[in-house]
Amino acid sequence: MADVHPSQHGDPANTVNTAGSRDVIAPGHTFGTITDKISSIVLTQRTSLGWYLGFLTAGAFAVLLLISLTYLTVKGIGIWGNDIPVGWAFDITNFVWWIGIGHAGTLISAILLLLRQTWRTSINRFAEAMTLFAVACAGIFPLFHTGRPWLAYWLFPYPNTMGVWPQFRSPLIWDVFAVSTYATVSALFWFVGLIPDLATLRDRSQSRVGRVIYGMLAMGWRGSARHWHRYETAYLLLAGIATPLVVSVHTVVSFDFAIAILPGWHTTIFPPYFVAGAIYSGFAMVLTLAIPIRAIYGLEDFITLRHLQNMAKVMLCTGLIVAYGYTIEAFMSWYGGNRYEGFMMWNRWTGPYAPFYWALIACNVVIPQLLWLRRIRTSVPALFILSLIVNVGMWLERFIIIVTSLSRDFTPSAWGMFRPTFWDWSTFFGTIGLFVMLIFLFCRFLPMISIFEMRTLVPEAKVEHEI
Amino acid sequence: MAEPLLPPVYGLMAEFEDPNQLVAAAHRVREAGYRRVDAYSPLPIEELHEAIGFHHTRLPLIVLIGGIIGCLSGFLLQLWVSAAAYPINIAGKPFNSWPAFIPVTFECTILGAALAAVFGMLALNGLPQPYHPVFNVARFALASRNRFFLCIEARDKQFDLAETRRFLETLEPREVTVVAD
Repeated sequence: MADVHPSQHGDPANTVNTAGSRDVIAPGHTFGTITDKISSIVLTQRTSLGWYLGFLTAGAFAVLLLISLTYLTVKGIGIWGNDIPVGWAFDITNFVWWIGIGHAGTLISAILLLLRQTWRTSINRFAEAMTLFAVACAGIFPLFHTGRPWLAYWLFPYPNTMGVWPQFRSPLIWDVFAVSTYATVSALFWFVGLIPDLATLRDRSQSRVGRVIYGMLAMGWRGSARHWHRYETAYLLLAGIATPLVVSVHTVVSFDFAIAILPGWHTTIFPPYFVAGAIYSGFAMVLTLAIPIRAIYGLEDFITLRHLQNMAKVMLCTGLIVAYGYTIEAFMSWYGGNRYEGFMMWNRWTGPYAPFYWALIACNVVIPQLLWLRRIRTSVPALFILSLIVNVGMWLERFIIIVTSLSRDFTPSAWGMFRPTFWDWSTFFGTIGLFVMLIFLFCRFLPMISIFEMRTLVPEAKVEHEI
Repeated sequence: MAEPLLPPVYGLMAEFEDPNQLVAAAHRVREAGYRRVDAYSPLPIEELHEAIGFHHTRLPLIVLIGGIIGCLSGFLLQLWVSAAAYPINIAGKPFNSWPAFIPVTFECTILGAALAAVFGMLALNGLPQPYHPVFNVARFALASRNRFFLCIEARDKQFDLAETRRFLETLEPREVTVVAD
């Protein structure tokens, strides 16, 4: 016989407790208030002028991306500064940067779920959206770097009249599989997480169009106990599957470099150091997005200081792993006794790209040490500025790895400098515009915080019974 | 009785305000001998599926099979391409250079398992489902907000419109509604 005490729950007086920096949700919320607060952002609030301004500004950069890619398709990749010996430059730098940013979304939604970190609940939805959009931006670069993007399907193994097949011993083809699997699994994970919330929007939408569209997307979800059980099983299994996946993706990306024999690329530390760097930059991007979003939409109840602090701690930790990676790179270039490796490091420190190297050390290693201070971790503006600095630093890291090694490899007669053109910059800023534009659309049309998972954080959600 | 004139009945639905009440009611309904029962809630409740007598799902097995199919097809594809269909000498490596095939095999395993998890879950749940009788209850829209529902279906052997309604009333629900089919 179930022995329950309904009177202890659902009573507003019992749900109120004292607020503190350790709360993952502000006190006083019930199932209803959570549902109304998050769904009203999508359903009833009028679209603000600020939203239109932001959307149009980001959209203008997305148009710049369209122009850049159109011109590139017409003229070829010669419009970029890439040239022998620097055949990979901004494009691959941007690719690795975007893919890395995506990793925090999967980490928050999958790994923190397995570790039962309830604070992930209010940030996982838009972190996953960020993953999807970042992977979409990342995919643009290798696709157009092929020079003939309309033939990109040649990368996949399919029976064709030419009788040729991909070369499976190349890390570049591993990358195709890793990134396309990552994009697919991230999209599935995100959509599965959305289904119950889409049902909420369907049931609460005032307009017929909203009911029809959200209704079709919710696929008839009705919250049956049988459905929830299978749903929770699937969600947990997906989290378990996505965890090794996210580690494997940046490992494979690092193989693009580590398998080559170029000085500065051919190192065994690349996989762990790339994965840590990916999470580092990803958490920086989550903070960059979360801080303005919680201010604009008044979500301080759900994205509390505790969330920001925890993300700052993850950044500090992964930043230290990245710093360790830089140290070991420098140490091995001396300890390994290889003169080309030694020169590579010397060239990074004092060569033509040295200012970027030192800027990267400042952004990724020196300035983030401020996160040791509690005052900085609890200051929202300071965290926002730090997150931007880390984003810049992680972009510089990929630029340094790619361009310094390619521009000066073995024989001085084969050296050459890389200088970005207007189109390098326009494509890069164009993808940032596309990314921000997609985030704006997402915030307007989908619940940016998982409503059903937030309901489980309310005290009344706890069922107490003995059989 | 004028039974043939009544609209067909899918079941009787009781509404609760609190997950504890729902779980308690679900236990009572099972104990009373009802078997065709479903409970509806706006959030996953761990105890609930046990309470309505739904214990196991085959989903983990489906995911395992999906993963194995992905793994084998990924590896065999690479082996066949590299050793049979299009053998080329890359840095003197053997045609069956299996260690180089591990990353793609791994990714295919993940892809197979993830597709099996999502589409297996949807298929077992019978989704997408454009129509279901429970949506005929107007207040059921709150099942995705803050209300909890328990439905005893008419196909249950013990189901009797009057008798079952009287039984549901003893569980102290907010109200009991007839669900039209």
